[in-house]
Amino acid sequence: MELFLKIAAAAAIIMLLFYMWPAFRTWQENGPKAEKGDWQAALLPLAAVVGFVVFLILMVR
Amino acid sequence: MANHYSVAQSAQGVLETNKVLKNTYLLLAATLGFSAVTAMLSMALAMPSWVYLVSVIGAMVLGIFVLPRTAQSAAGVGMIFLITGMLGFGLGSILSMYLALPNGPGIIATAFGGTAVIFLGLSGYALMSKTDFSFMGGFLFAGMMVVFVAMLANIFFSMPALSLAISGAIIMLMSGFILFDTSRIKSGAETNYIMATYGIYLSIFNIFISLLQILGIMSDD
Repeated sequence: MELFLKIAAAAAIIMLLFYMWPAFRTWQENGPKAEKGDWQAALLPLAAVVGFVVFLILMVR
Repeated sequence: MANHYSVAQSAQGVLETNKVLKNTYLLLAATLGFSAVTAMLSMALAMPSWVYLVSVIGAMVLGIFVLPRTAQSAAGVGMIFLITGMLGFGLGSILSMYLALPNGPGIIATAFGGTAVIFLGLSGYALMSKTDFSFMGGFLFAGMMVVFVAMLANIFFSMPALSLAISGAIIMLMSGFILFDTSRIKSGAETNYIMATYGIYLSIFNIFISLLQILGIMSDD
């Protein structure tokens, strides 16, 4: 990647970091907290996604 | 009387939520179709790969500074088509690169099918589940901050292993965002279908790009 494009990409990511910082703080401080069983309900489909991506990798190899 | 009022109010809330959900999926389908058209245009014009970066940065600036201000009006619909059209145009230049690989068409088709399965599976799960996934907000935003810092480092270090790890992390985070966004529409926390479409579109777009990268690296092409 040319230096100019690298600098542009870095500037865009830094802008995103600044943009997301207030949302990050708000969700950390005031966001709803998980109740019993909530994480289990979320991790189940995410584990399925991991398994599916591994399956796709095996398909293209 | 108070009970009747509560039931009527609750029924109205459900109707409103269903309307937002329906409008979101309709707009999502339209914007994805429009992105496919602009991606094909970009491929036909044989755009160089730097067009992707320029399109993503342009779309990001519009998404951050213009879309939230226009999302409450009809101009928001035009703006989201402009943003997704730009992202599709940028994607076309990346797809041209993959098509030049020996197994390129197969990788693109697998990434496309994989993204569709992940999105439909997670959306269906979030809609059917009794769990409100909005508790994931803090975790997802923290994860995104970490990924941005890793991406920033990787721009200058260009390590393939780190690229792979970032792509994997993005797929997981965007999958979480699909659960989170769908859950917020379902619970009535998100009432603007343009912003809801934008959130889900970005998740799908990022999953597709990351899957493309992972499959491209792992297929040894």
